[in-house]
This record gives sequence, C-alpha cells and structure tokens, in this order.
Amino acid sequence: MSAGHDVILKLEDVSKVYAGTVAVKQANFEVRKGAVNVLVGENGAGKSTLMKIIAGVEKPTAGRILLEGEEVSFSSSGDAVNRGIGMVFQELNLFGNMTVAENIFATREITNRFRKIDRKAQEMRAGAFLDRLEAGIRPDMLVEDLRIGQQQLVEIAKAVSLDAKILIMDEPTSALSAAEVEILFKVIADLKARGVAIVYISHRLEELIRIGDYITVLRDGRITGQEEMANVDTQWIVRQMIGSDAKDFAKADGHQPGAEIFRAQEICLPRVTGGLAVDHVSLSLRAGEILGIYGLMGAGRSELFDCIMGRHGHASGRIFIAGKQVKERDTTRRIQRGLALIPEDRQREGLVPILSVASNLTLASLSRFVRLFHISGGAERGAVAQMVRELAIKVADPAQEVSSLSGGNQQKVVIGKALLTGPKVLLMDEPSRGIDVGAKADVFRTMRKLSRDGLGILFATSDLDEVMALSDRIAVMSNGRLTGMFDRAEATEAAIVAASALGHGPSPLAPAHLASAHGEQR
Amino acid sequence: MTDIPARAAPSSVSGGSALLTLMKLRTFIALIAVLVFFSLAAPNFLSAANLILMAKHVALNAFLAMGMTFVIITGGIDLSVGSIVGLCGMVAGYLVLNGIDLQIGYTIYFNVFEIILITLVVGIAIGAVNGLLITRLNVAPFIATLGVLYVARGFALLSSDGRTFPNLVGKAELGTTGFGFLGAGRLFGLPVSIWILVVVALGAAYLAKYTPLGRHIFAVGGNERAARISGVRVNMVKMFVYMFSGFCAAIVGLIISSELMASHPATGESFELNAIAAAVLGGTSMSGGRGTIGGTIVGAFVIGILSDGLVMMGVSSFWQMVIKGLVIIVAVVVDQAQRRLQQRVSLMQMAKAG
Repeated sequence: MSAGHDVILKLEDVSKVYAGTVAVKQANFEVRKGAVNVLVGENGAGKSTLMKIIAGVEKPTAGRILLEGEEVSFSSSGDAVNRGIGMVFQELNLFGNMTVAENIFATREITNRFRKIDRKAQEMRAGAFLDRLEAGIRPDMLVEDLRIGQQQLVEIAKAVSLDAKILIMDEPTSALSAAEVEILFKVIADLKARGVAIVYISHRLEELIRIGDYITVLRDGRITGQEEMANVDTQWIVRQMIGSDAKDFAKADGHQPGAEIFRAQEICLPRVTGGLAVDHVSLSLRAGEILGIYGLMGAGRSELFDCIMGRHGHASGRIFIAGKQVKERDTTRRIQRGLALIPEDRQREGLVPILSVASNLTLASLSRFVRLFHISGGAERGAVAQMVRELAIKVADPAQEVSSLSGGNQQKVVIGKALLTGPKVLLMDEPSRGIDVGAKADVFRTMRKLSRDGLGILFATSDLDEVMALSDRIAVMSNGRLTGMFDRAEATEAAIVAASALGHGPSPLAPAHLASAHGEQR
Repeated sequence: MTDIPARAAPSSVSGGSALLTLMKLRTFIALIAVLVFFSLAAPNFLSAANLILMAKHVALNAFLAMGMTFVIITGGIDLSVGSIVGLCGMVAGYLVLNGIDLQIGYTIYFNVFEIILITLVVGIAIGAVNGLLITRLNVAPFIATLGVLYVARGFALLSSDGRTFPNLVGKAELGTTGFGFLGAGRLFGLPVSIWILVVVALGAAYLAKYTPLGRHIFAVGGNERAARISGVRVNMVKMFVYMFSGFCAAIVGLIISSELMASHPATGESFELNAIAAAVLGGTSMSGGRGTIGGTIVGAFVIGILSDGLVMMGVSSFWQMVIKGLVIIVAVVVDQAQRRLQQRVSLMQMAKAG
C-alpha cells in the first residue's frame, strides 16, 4: 500500500474471544492520519468489537496496540479518550433529561473557581460545535426533545469536541437525513484537513466509496481485504465481504409450495422522526414456502413484521390469510387468525423469564387447554411434552425457569410457543441470532419441516448465507422499501447486496422527499 | 473467584438446597415463631376466643392484601384501597339509613342483600377508574391510585359532612335490618367474615393457578412486551386486577361498618400500607411477576399476630411500629438473599449436569 498518510494507530495480531466465540481473529489494522479509514463487513463480522478495542471499551485477548509507534493498553474508555481517541457509538449514549450542552460536556464540565458549573461558557462552546453541524440545534435544548437524527448529530458534536486525534464513527449516518449526511461529510472533510484520523463504519457502500480513503473488509472476525479506496469498486467490496467459500446448509427437499396463504398489500408505517419506516410494502407467500427477507439493520424488516402482527395502531395497509382479509387490528385476534411472530429480541419480547418453560410454551395458546375457565393440567402437560420432544428442547423439567436455559433452547421455547397457537403463517425475525451452531441447525431443520407441513414462513435476516440457503424466494428490503424479489434459482449474492443498499446515501431525489416528510411531522 | 465454587460444589449444593428450602419457608417459619413466642409470653394468647378475635382482625388486612398481591404481580400498586374501604362503608351506611331519594316524593330502601351488592359494585367501579387511568390514560399506577385515594376519601367525608352514620340497625318495616350479620354473625362457630375470607382466598388462589387469566397476570408482570406479543390482552388483565382490588376493599368496608354498626368516613386510613406489607412479607416481588395468595395470607397473619400479641404483652404502640417496620425490612432482605442463593444453586446444578 502506498503511504500517502502516516500511520497513527496500528493493531498487530489482535484477537478477542468471548465465552465460546471468537469475535476477532488476529486482525492487523492500520489507521492513517488525515484520512477516512473505512471498515466494512456483514452484521456480526466483528467491526464493532474491533472498534471497541480501539476505544478502550473492550480489552483484546491477544495482540498489541501501537499508538504513534508506542505500545499502549487502555483499561477504560476514559483512558482512550485521554490518549486522543474518541468514538461515536452506534447506540446513542446520551442523557435525554439533560440539555445538549450538558451532554456534550458530561464528565468534563466547565466550572468556575467555586466548582460551580459555568452554564454560559458550556453553552457558548457547545454552540460553536453545533454551528459547524448546521443542524439548527440550540445548546439549551433538551436532548429528548430532538429527533433521532439530531441526537446523532449531538453525539457527533460531542465526539468532535473531544479534540480527538482519532475519531471512530460507528454507523453515524443510520438515522440522518440526506441533507444531514451532506453536512456530516463536510465536517469530516474539515477534520481530515486538520490531520484527524477517522475510522468510519457503515453498511452503505456508495457512502463509503464516496468519502473513504482506505478500506478494510472484515468477515467472520478476520480481515479479508485492505486497499486504498481509489483502487476498489463495489464488486470488490462485496466479494471480500461474502468470500468464496459458501457455508453448508441442509438442502431443500424439493416439495412444491401450494396456494397463496398470505398476502400483504401496501403496508406503511410512519416513522417518529418523519418519513416511513415501512414504505408501501406488498408481498405474497404460498403455503409451504419459505420467503427470506434480507436487509441491513434499520431496513424495516422488524417493523414490517410488527405491522403484520398488529403491534402498531397507526400502520396502514391490508393483509390477507388464504385470500380472506384480516380486519382484526389487535395482536390477540391476529394470532387467532393464524399469524404468529418469533420476535428478534428473545429476552425483551419473546420470553417471560421468571415463568417456567411450560408456562412460556403455552402462554399464547392457553385457550386450547381450557374447559370453561379451568386450565386442564393434563392437556397442557401433554402439549408441552410434545413440543419439548419435537423441537429437541434440552430441559430436565419443564417446570424449570426458562431463564436457566441456554440461548438456543430459549429460542426453541419461543418457536414452540408460536407453533402451539397453530399458525398458518409464521413470521421469524432473525431466528438464528445469538444461538450456537447446533441449535441453529435444529432451528433450520424445524423451518424446513414446518414448510413441508404446509406452513408459510416469512423470515427476516441480515445473514446472507442464511437467506441464500434457506429461502425459496428472497425479498430484499432497504430503507423501508421492498427493493428486490428473487427466485432462489436466479438470486446471486451480489444482486442481493446491491438491492439492500438501494435508496441509501445521498441521491438527488432524497433531500426534497425527506424535507417534506420532516415538515409534516409537527 | 471462579475456582472456589467449583471445588466446593458437591458439598455446598446440598447445603445450599437445604438453606434454600428454609428460606423459601421463611414466612411460615416466621408465623410459627410469632405463635410460639406469644403463646409463651402472653397469657391467654392461645385461648380459642383470642385466636378467633385475632383471625377477625387479620381477615380485614388479608382481603386488602390479596387484591394488592394481584396488582403488585402485574407490576403495579394500589394505594387507594384504604379510601375505598372508607367510601364503601359510607355507601353502605347511607343506604341503610337513608335509602335513595328519587326527588319525586319517593325514597327507595334496599334490603341488606341489595345493599351489599351495590356497595361491592361501587368498590369494583372505583377499581375500574384506577384501571382506566392506568391503561387508557397511561398514568403511572402510583400516581393514579394516589389521586383516587384522595378523591375517594374526599367523597367519603362529603357524604356525611365528616360525621359518622350511627346505629345501622335498620327498620323492620323497610326491610333494612340484619346488616350486623356480616361483622358479628357466626356460621358453624366461626365468624362470617372468616368464612368469606376462606371463600375469596380459595377463589383467588384457584384463579392464580388454574385459569388463563391468572397465568396472564403473572405474564404481564414478568414481561409485559412478551405478553402482548403472545396475544395476552394486557389492558384487560390490568383492569381486572384493579377491579378485584376494589372488590376486596369493598368487602372490608362492609365488614367494618357491620361490626361497628356504624360508618365512619375516616375508616381505612393507611390500610393500604398494611396490605402492601403483608403482600411483601408473603414473598410478592415489588418488581412484578412473583407472588402467591397463600404467601400473602400467611404474611397478613404474621403482621396481625405480631401487633395483637404485642398489645397483649403490653408493649407500647410506639415500639410496635418499630418492630413491624424491622420485620418487613428483614423479610425483604431475606427475600433478596434467597434470590441470590437460588441463582447460585441452579448455576451449580447446571454445572454439575454438564
């Protein structure tokens, strides 16, 4: 690689191991001064872990970190900040109940002689940073009153105010409007000119190609490519991200899907921050078919499922089951009509942790076991035993608290709960997330079996291998819209990735469209 | 740090389990302890007459605590029960004495059965107001029921200008006699209020264990979002628990005015705190999802016997308060210790199982 810029930070053979999984394997990574160092990879490839190591949030299990040629070891993020490393986190780390200025100067408040916080000085300095972001945010506004995009800008202003030598930005544009992205890019150019090294993580390929100087691609915790941005194109990035060695998934049994069992028409969900989180999505599913929905984070997959389940009162659009329109608007009655959701966040939405495995399994289908108003213990136990057997849930006693199970077995409980309602259409949101390999294989086998039994399965994932291997058809969502629909035979990874990036980043149409959406919100 | 439990595992699993069993039975142990202590320390404590008298005292708190238990299991709180007791007592007293004046020269008098029914409906209705405030208007349970506490107490005082409705004997020619049966009557040698408590407690325990509604109450408290996605009608469940709490409070209001044959508008002040204490003592978790009717009843008995026994021993009421407070605090501390121990034991068992 040519050295147009000096290397300021260097990771040598850095690895990070969590209980059971290796998140980063022997990564060698260089950060160059006065340049935008782009880091790209699929979800779970290890980008965020790598950045957390640099920012001192996590300690590497092995390897060395060299800052300006000198070996360093950060014991906390405060340590890293003192050495000139700032980070804009993906999840917002702001205090909603405090003002913008208070947030920017949190933990390093400007005080006068008597240790009293000098509010005026803070607001003046904060105002200077905010002016550069041209966001129309006043320093005395409460953070919780701001739109998510504006909050992200505050987070950025906070990082910029650190006067960092190295600034890490983890998906800084995920909630920004096109116009705000332009401003952010101006700020980045400005920082670059002052010699700041910027590490930039994003899923949006056009964005990366536009502002990046150097690119590093991660796959499965390993660095698979490092290049100057001038020498690469989208195809190269996609190739490095996906790799050539496809993983081995159980093949389909070749049964033919039946008649249409589910149809969604023009599903729309307005976003709190303006615009649409789900933007006129229509799709159709046949009995015995697995339809994979691929999309990056924030593409609107989960929101689409929420709309179908009736979790958002203000969503619009129509859904049909076996040709009959579902007019019921609440979750309870939609479950009765044959819809069931396996939510993405098992802990927060899937399980009642302090109840037993058995109570969790039958929670959604209690009415099946009720005579008059009495839960028939025998019928319930029978159904529980059957599910435990069918899904191979490893549990000594179904009366055990569900929280004592491993992640994979917990996920099977959530699936069992949905199956006991006797669904016609199963919505699975990232069904393999956070579970071990064996349980994953079990889950995939179950999906195949269910589709053979005639269930329609919609499953959302951000794992390309998974969607390619399991789906009969693949739908791609981006920015709330359906941007592609492929038969398995004709789908290629490159086409899917390209479709998942559509509608992101600055496009000539976007600003006007977004501006009008923002205007409507209040 | 990790190697110590690993080495000690075989012996301390059984030791931990034994300790755990003891801790789980702590409310029972406390009950037996206070019974033994007072039967030794206070003369006449174990006489049948005294035990029945104490049971009558305890019953009042036990009713409120049962309603409170369901509310707390869903993750809420009901501060208004004391005021509902007062207001319902006044409603019953008013109906016995005055009937309802139709403003057209006629006044309707109800018989005792109808009066009881109307009073219960009033209690349930106030509970429904709590529920509506919490589910429809999204008011925090603490605030909503605090507001209703003041409003209900205010109406109780307004109903008589702060005076007592005395002498609720009723008039035979109007068919309003017999109100005293609830508080003073006996069936098979036991006071009527005890029988009512037994019936309501069995019903509530059955509801908690064997009906979908009961299961849903625990699910809502354990994880409201997951319950909603599983198709539980969360709002209906919440409405039910506050209405049930109001129903229990109405029963208490009826029993007290029937016992005294008079309704006083200040009846029931700070009863809500005793009810919360009994529920917590019985193992109900203030963060929701955990609790039993049986535990709550035992908790109510511990508190009731403690205060009655101390009175019999001649301990000053000021010291009684101190002791009651300490007992509640110790109960919660033990509860937390049990949680931690339970986690450790189950982790060890998992480790042992591989």
